[in-house]
Amino acid sequence: MNDFMNFVILGLTRGSMYALIALGYTLVYGVLQLINFAHSEVFMSGAFGSYLVIQSVVTDGSSPPWFAVVGIIVLGLGSGAITGAAVAWSLERVAYRPLRRRGAPKLAFLISAIGASFFLSQLAGKLFNRLNNNSFPTYFNLNKHVIDIGGVTVSLVQLIIIVSALLMMLFLDLLVSKTKLGRSIRGVAEDAPTAALMGIDIDKTISRTFVIGGALGGAAGFLFGTAFFFSNTMGFIPSVKAFAAAVLGGIGNIRGAMLGGLLLGMIEAIVPTFPWYKPGFIGTAWTDVVAFVVLVLVLIVRPSGILGERLGRAA
Amino acid sequence: MSLLEVDDIEVRYGAIRALKGVSFNVEEGEVVALLGANGAGKTTTQKTVSGMMTPALGQIRFDGERIDGVPAHTLIHRGICHVPEGRRVFPRMSVAENLDMGAFRFKRPDLHVLARVFEMFPRLKERETQLAGTLSGGEQQMLAIGRALMGKPRLLLLDEPSMGLAPLIVKQIFDIVREINASGVTVLIVEQNAAQALGLANRGYVLETGEVVLSGSGQELLADDRVRAAYLGEEIATS
Ligand SMILES: Nc1ncnc2c1ncn2[C@@H]1O[C@H](COP(=O)(O)OP(=O)(O)OP(=O)(O)O)[C@@H](O)[C@H]1O
Ligand SMILES: [Mg+2]
Repeated sequence: MNDFMNFVILGLTRGSMYALIALGYTLVYGVLQLINFAHSEVFMSGAFGSYLVIQSVVTDGSSPPWFAVVGIIVLGLGSGAITGAAVAWSLERVAYRPLRRRGAPKLAFLISAIGASFFLSQLAGKLFNRLNNNSFPTYFNLNKHVIDIGGVTVSLVQLIIIVSALLMMLFLDLLVSKTKLGRSIRGVAEDAPTAALMGIDIDKTISRTFVIGGALGGAAGFLFGTAFFFSNTMGFIPSVKAFAAAVLGGIGNIRGAMLGGLLLGMIEAIVPTFPWYKPGFIGTAWTDVVAFVVLVLVLIVRPSGILGERLGRAA
Repeated sequence: MSLLEVDDIEVRYGAIRALKGVSFNVEEGEVVALLGANGAGKTTTQKTVSGMMTPALGQIRFDGERIDGVPAHTLIHRGICHVPEGRRVFPRMSVAENLDMGAFRFKRPDLHVLARVFEMFPRLKERETQLAGTLSGGEQQMLAIGRALMGKPRLLLLDEPSMGLAPLIVKQIFDIVREINASGVTVLIVEQNAAQALGLANRGYVLETGEVVLSGSGQELLADDRVRAAYLGEEIATS
């Protein structure tokens, strides 16, 4: 049971990163009905952007007081978010808007995204290195158990990831449901020409949607970098999973992306706890396979995803 | 000076010329009807006035100022509110949220206008929290009109408000259009229901394949043989 709970914590940790990235896919899909396949590089850029900032304010092996650690983490989230937002904004301007103006077919957007993705990944490789050995300076004990209830433990880094991801998701949820910006995003997602009739600037709204999705993805990049080594190709695997999570939750649905991300993280983490699990037979490498089988099964039952209800003409 | 002057506009969809030099005008306080067969260009005309389309040739003036080519999202700030063909309510937003969207151009919705909309359409008040996509056709039409009113129109564009509605609801909708007009809003209405529309309109224009072929006061058009033959055939037979 304790094992099980510990895997839930592990799942939540991974899952909240998937959820943050998945939100970027789902937000953009909402307004453009388009998968931004270069979003993996938005995530990656967040790790490197925050890396530049963090390593300039704190040295490896230092142990600043707890409030300074909190400050550095906020700074890391902020700089990751800003980098991600800037990259996503530029992507929309350079890779998508010109095609949109010309009414290009969806496949053209896909090619443009792949090109932009290669470019960004190679650029990061050039600016930093191509080895999977980048890491933030160590300025707090990642593995310190901050919560330990009867053997169920949460490490500091897990706590940081889960709490900051949940806060950002809560913030996004409020932004979308309560503010004018949120209403303009929903309006464009549901019916862009009619939203324009209400006074909503479609181009501006699309731009802002990329910025918001990019900020969340970039912040996720920072969180990833806090826990793992990272590189210019770090974006691929987590993003494929996050994309799957967005589809699982119902692409275009914001709460769906959050739910899908968390669920996928849990499924991945819980598989090894099953009694029939044998490392030799279904090893950790097979966890992904099991996770995706579950995903496919869910989609067979609910083809539009868990929360992807389709209403009336909106289909 | 007319409130709206449409001067010889040509509008194209790719190679298709949907409007081939359409001119008409709407005076402040009037109700003007646009009639015509399917595909005549009525919707295209309204879309061009509200900024959803840009004319290739010709000019549109509102209050004396050029508005052709001005995008829809800025035009609404001058008080041109469009109830588009097929209602186009936001299906996954509630009735209340849809009405809010209508007032998007303001910092916050005017509660007096909201109260008036609910007075006109008590049905919307009852269904405030219901998702718009689950409303009946007639309720969606009421919502679309209410939403446009939230934008405080000077010129209200209505594209076939009676489409697909039961006769009783049609009458109710036309009564409300009359009431809206009486409160000082100028109305440009597209209708298949020519008898109802001309009964309400001060003047009307008949479009045929992208051109104005006939115009006159509501009474004149109602009496015109060509109009009676083309658009009132059924009604002559039954009345
Ligand atoms: N998006 C479009 N692409 C190409 N052609 C279009 C488009 N929209 C309209 N048209 C064409 O323009 C012409 C005028 O269409 P419009 O919708 O203005 O007609 P309408 O008078 O409103 O007809 P209805 O009474 O059926 O609503 C038609 O021939 C139509 O086929
Ligand atoms: Mg039409």
